[in-house]
Amino acid sequence: MSNQATLTKKDFQSDQEVRWCPGCGDYVILSAIQKHMAEVGADPSKVVFVSGIGCSSRFPYYMNTYGFHTIHGRAPAFATGIKAANPELDVWLVTGDGDAMSIGGNHFIHALRRNLNMNVLMFNNQIYGLTKGQYSPTSPEGKKTKTSPMGAIDRPFNPISLALGANGTFAARTLDTDSKHMAKVFSAAHNHQGAAFVEILQNCVIFNKDFYNDTVAKDVRAEKTIDLIPGEKMIFGTESEKGLRVNGWDVEVCSAEEADVWDPGTDSSAPAFLMSQMDDDPNLPMPLGIFRQVEATCYDKAVNQQIDEAVANEGPGDLKELIWSGNCWEID
Amino acid sequence: MTTIQQPGSELPLQQLESVVIRFAGDSGDGMQITGSQFTMTSALVGNDLATLPDFPAEIRAPVGTRPGVSGFQLQFSANDIHTPGDAPDVLVAMNPAALVVNLSTLKPGGLVVVNTGSFKATDLRKARLETNPLEDGSLDGFRVIPVDINQRILDALADSELSKKDKARCKNFYTLGLMYWVYSRPLETTMEWLAVKFAKKPDLVDANQKALQAGYNAGDIHELFQGRYEVPKTDALPAGTYRNINGNQAVALGVVAGAQLAGLRPVLGSYPITPASTILEELAALKRFGVITMQLEDEIAAVCAAIGASFAGCLGVTSTSGPGMALKGEAMGLAVSAELPLLILDIQRAGPSTGMPTKVEQSDLLQAVFGRNGDTPMPVLAASSPADALEVTIDACRIAVEFMTPVIFLSDNFIANGSEPWLLPDLDTLKEFPVEFATNPEGHQTYKRDGKGSRPWVKPGTPNMAFRIGGLEKDTDGNISYDPDNHQSMTDQRHQKVQNVANTYPPTEVVGETKGDLLVLGWGSSKGIITQATIDSRQAGRRVSRVHLRNVWPLPNDLDEVFDGFKAILVPEMNVGQLARVLRSEMPHHNFISYSKVTGQPFLVSEITEKIATILEN
Ligand code: SF4
Repeated sequence: MSNQATLTKKDFQSDQEVRWCPGCGDYVILSAIQKHMAEVGADPSKVVFVSGIGCSSRFPYYMNTYGFHTIHGRAPAFATGIKAANPELDVWLVTGDGDAMSIGGNHFIHALRRNLNMNVLMFNNQIYGLTKGQYSPTSPEGKKTKTSPMGAIDRPFNPISLALGANGTFAARTLDTDSKHMAKVFSAAHNHQGAAFVEILQNCVIFNKDFYNDTVAKDVRAEKTIDLIPGEKMIFGTESEKGLRVNGWDVEVCSAEEADVWDPGTDSSAPAFLMSQMDDDPNLPMPLGIFRQVEATCYDKAVNQQIDEAVANEGPGDLKELIWSGNCWEID
Repeated sequence: MTTIQQPGSELPLQQLESVVIRFAGDSGDGMQITGSQFTMTSALVGNDLATLPDFPAEIRAPVGTRPGVSGFQLQFSANDIHTPGDAPDVLVAMNPAALVVNLSTLKPGGLVVVNTGSFKATDLRKARLETNPLEDGSLDGFRVIPVDINQRILDALADSELSKKDKARCKNFYTLGLMYWVYSRPLETTMEWLAVKFAKKPDLVDANQKALQAGYNAGDIHELFQGRYEVPKTDALPAGTYRNINGNQAVALGVVAGAQLAGLRPVLGSYPITPASTILEELAALKRFGVITMQLEDEIAAVCAAIGASFAGCLGVTSTSGPGMALKGEAMGLAVSAELPLLILDIQRAGPSTGMPTKVEQSDLLQAVFGRNGDTPMPVLAASSPADALEVTIDACRIAVEFMTPVIFLSDNFIANGSEPWLLPDLDTLKEFPVEFATNPEGHQTYKRDGKGSRPWVKPGTPNMAFRIGGLEKDTDGNISYDPDNHQSMTDQRHQKVQNVANTYPPTEVVGETKGDLLVLGWGSSKGIITQATIDSRQAGRRVSRVHLRNVWPLPNDLDEVFDGFKAILVPEMNVGQLARVLRSEMPHHNFISYSKVTGQPFLVSEITEKIATILEN
């Protein structure tokens, strides 16, 4: 990173007043990111935060780095241009469930498929906040909102499954109420060479308050969730007494001793997909942590490498030569 | 027309000033290649020329049908010409569909070279013909040269190992050879082109070269034609080095040149769309110039990636056609609000909706000038010919970086695919417009304006200059502001900035007298046609002048004064009168007469001269 290792969290705070609702999960996420930046000694002049539209997308204004608040759903495409134009920049995309999974679904999957070397933070509150409480593409079936008075009939997207389906090279999930866990996941994402997708379960205290409490509230979290840690046994439970193992095509609960070791780097993304689908099974814990982490070519690097190659093979372009190429003739 | 007896030949060699020839066949018959080879050879002979490719949208419409007909018209001349010609002197028809679709445009008494091998009962049925036009009197009044090209190509390639089907595919070169003989063109250019084109398949080089030679010889052994023609070298073109260029090639060169003059790396975000795709293809092949091309997932992503590249300090460019323009609208608005340079290349095609993708129209003008949400002003330029497209693209780059604004460049199908001799420019005369990025935080404000109304450009990565911008209204510091007076002021500033672009235009050029009965005001690809029509009208004694608009928006400051010199202003457009509508709202005190044509075909010179005559005689 840089030699400005003396920077503190405060140096990453912009002079703008933060305007999310009091109690909104976005505050802690912002704070965790600012802290992370200071800890890794990031150079603010090399960092760009890019966002779309939604509550979360105000994020860039609050970071004392470069920032581009763009249009609804399209942030991945802007980030693609920024990163291809200058691969040296440390690009962070901030988006929400509506921005990334609905209006921007196409750009989201293609950015992951191209594997741009950037971080994609998706704040998932399962609701449209900025437009005041309509159901989102991650709202569960039956969710009653102003636009679904009898309950949502859309089947929701599972963001991790979608990222894996798009051939994403890094997928993780974390929680706005757990700063330590966020820090761990952000570090892993930042270190990843490629598109690092992080779903952050985020509390919208106004329109979908505590939607995740059945699984992540303090008293139930140990039983209802499991942290996927690369290279460690998959263990959960109040006493860390339970484990998960893969049996045939299924995941099943077993004792801690019998638990499998989690590997997010398998050739196939099938194990990660199995884990992501556990969300739908009330008898299995919901995974947090790192689902997938594999290496692949980064688009931004490859684009620039092709230019270097062309210059090496054909020599730097000479405009005059280009214009004078082909069949020319003289008139005198 | 003079007739010269060629030494050693019994056939008279007639000199012609100009010839308009149209090659027409099935879209699988290779007529575009035939036409472009004839063009290239004529250029090297030293003729002035203009071309009009006319092909179906379907890659391969059903063989032999009318929708499957592909045509290529060109005019080559010993004089200064401006158009591909209204009506062909010669029609080369490879099948019945090609004959009936094109016959009505042929000049009375014109020459029809027809491939009789493709006039069997099944061929007629495919072309929905009940009788054979070769026999039913359809060709009365034309000079017909019947040649069974299907059979002759098999005879010519009797020794070849190729399959019958592959031999048949060489028939376009046989036809080309025949026409080369008729118009006394050399074979070398095409021979060489074939050798390069099929370098990996020597048997195809051999077969096609044989076909070309056989076609030429067929003319030479006097069996078909009564005479040969010669169209001498033109002396109307200024001295210099020339090559052929089509509009999309010129745009690609313009992007590279414009970015170099600005000292920036060009980054193209694009999505394939007819007729703009070849710009992406051309630029993708120029990586050694440092050009980044990205084929994105859709039109919206394409423009957004280009804007992202501009945000990062490169010259963002996106290429598209009308439907893509509609999709890009919101992102263009962001570029206006954030005030980032961006070049938007719109190669227009016939609309609405999918319309007629391979046919010409100028109907995106209002979309370009006004088609976005909010008050979103943007400069709009239009190229008038393939060679002009280079200069206009460079100027669009200049405006984009000097004024920190998106700029729309309009071209169309006629320019994109048409080609003309291009006098190669002296690169040293191109004026640089180097970008200076802001690096000094002292007194810096994100939207602090210079004398032109433009704002500073900061490249992310620069120490101590970090900024946040976006599509929300902002104040001079770049911070979000909902303040009523600030929004009024910023809106006014954005408008003024775009208006200021007009201060950088050269004076409007009036061709002809500056006072008269009628001014013909054109824009875009109809320049050649309007030029010819006004020349013809002046020769007929009419007081007609013309102006061709390069800067469609903002309009030139001196236009009002130019209009004062004329009783009426005729505005021919391949749309329902879009520029006329803009002019009427901007300068309501002038008498604008709109002349609209939306057939997917360019104006004919005769249509404009007749319109001029009608106006002036009433
Ligand atoms: S509406 Fe919800 S997500 Fe938006 S700022 Fe308020 S609490 Fe946060």
